[in-house]
Amino acid sequence: MEQIITAIAEHRQLLYIIILSIFVGVEVIGNVPTVLHTPLMSGANAIHGVVIVGAIIVMLKTESSLGMVLGFLAVILGTLNVVGGFVVTDRMLEMFKKKK
Amino acid sequence: MKSSLLEIIYLLASVTFIIGLKMMGNAKTARNGNLIGAVGMTLAILGTIFLYDGGHQVSTTTFVLIFGAIAIGTVIGWLTAVKVQMTKMPELVSLFNGMGGACAALIGLIEYPHAAETGMGMGGMLCIILGLIIGSVSFSGSIIAFMKLNGTLKKAIRLTAYNMINNVFLLALFAFGAYFLMAASVPVAAIYVLLLMSLLYGVLFTIPIGGADMPVVISLLNSFTGLAAATGGFLYDNQAMQTGGILVGSAGTLLTLAMCKAMNRPLSNVIFGAFGESAKSGSGSGSSIEGSIKDISISDSAILMNYAKKVIIVPGYGLAVAQAQHVIKELENLLEERGVTVKYAIHPVAGRMPGHMNVLLAESNVAYDKLVEMEDINPEFAQTDVVLVVGANDVVNPAAKTDPSSPIFGMPILDVENAQHIIVNKRSMNAGYAGIENELFYNPKTSMLFGDAKDALSKLVTELKTL
Repeated sequence: MEQIITAIAEHRQLLYIIILSIFVGVEVIGNVPTVLHTPLMSGANAIHGVVIVGAIIVMLKTESSLGMVLGFLAVILGTLNVVGGFVVTDRMLEMFKKKK
Repeated sequence: MKSSLLEIIYLLASVTFIIGLKMMGNAKTARNGNLIGAVGMTLAILGTIFLYDGGHQVSTTTFVLIFGAIAIGTVIGWLTAVKVQMTKMPELVSLFNGMGGACAALIGLIEYPHAAETGMGMGGMLCIILGLIIGSVSFSGSIIAFMKLNGTLKKAIRLTAYNMINNVFLLALFAFGAYFLMAASVPVAAIYVLLLMSLLYGVLFTIPIGGADMPVVISLLNSFTGLAAATGGFLYDNQAMQTGGILVGSAGTLLTLAMCKAMNRPLSNVIFGAFGESAKSGSGSGSSIEGSIKDISISDSAILMNYAKKVIIVPGYGLAVAQAQHVIKELENLLEERGVTVKYAIHPVAGRMPGHMNVLLAESNVAYDKLVEMEDINPEFAQTDVVLVVGANDVVNPAAKTDPSSPIFGMPILDVENAQHIIVNKRSMNAGYAGIENELFYNPKTSMLFGDAKDALSKLVTELKTL
């Protein structure tokens, strides 16, 4: 029990981030018209591409060649997620803009 | 100095993600919101490359490799995204989502041997294992979703006791994951077994779900990838990854629920519901539908619409597949010239994704205010002379209101049967995506205009011009 309490206290900043981010996420999506669901999903898809930062860190840190190869692959995949995600979203939203 | 600067960059990036996502919730600001997010992402990526302190001298080769990987990813991602047709957008989102999941899984795979060697704490190990599992599930699930939407994989495969098998498998997966955390020493190769199991679970999870529900699944997998990114953020104590990941995780979950709400089905029903099975029994009862199918010729359709006061067009996936969005705009123009009021009735899940039809019709410059959402247009059908249903089926199936045994029972539909005449353009009498019969086609007020949407509509336009 004591261990758990200390662990929570030690990681309280992390818990703050988690809880507040969840609320922000819920808040940000609330009351979005159905029409925008697809672009929004696509936009959120691009944002989780931030995982690429982790892949870059792996490449900067690793000292093994296997790590380097897998990291290289991970950075390519992450870039696909980021670039593809943002470009597709932009193309969808461009359609919305033309109307007026 | 360098690392403090990096922290500030991550802070900026996190804020751009939040603002960007918020702005994407409004049609006017959406495009700028997306750009703001992209700028924040670029900052975070460049900041990491140049300012991250990995604890040892990084060789030039590494930098070259990083930029090489980014260049390859950018070129492929950009080209695919720019070239893809509007109808293929949902598949592509799924595919890119899978890439993100794979990226998260790979990070776990690389970090694991290192962590096992140095005896990393429980927290770090938990992040690695969770990131690997969630990322892999998201990857293989997204690929299956992609194949389903693409038509490569057509049937929903559902064995008997499928949910049971899946749930037992999921438990086994978590138990095996927990073993990595608890056991004193685990052979390094075991991580590959975990990887394979996770990949397999992603397939098992997605494969029984029908194609019509794929948007919901993609949205769910999208939030999974968000979580996977967040675990990476905890591992590296990286704020940009944490906020970005959790943000997408929670926003994605809410979006998933919103989509389910639009279809009036609980999420559990989408994932565990035996949609395919009940659809089969549903078509069995389809024989009880009375009445007969009535054909209509192009010229009759043209005359009917020409002398109507008000025409409502109900677009569906068939319109998208046939790429008939420009022809339909032409039809709209012709009718409007003759004083006919034309509107489009947009069902929340028309097409393969919410908003799919809006995007498609906006491409052919259909005015925004002509696209009317379901709740607003439903009362108008009673005062409508002609409804033209183009390639839509399940969203106009009265069984959703009248037949409790129907798998789509309870889904709100467009009340097209209240109109004077209903013309349904379809390629054949085949059932729609849900695989069920539609009694609307047997309604005495309904006439069927068989043929490819683009082809039939072009003929209709030509015919109208002669009138």
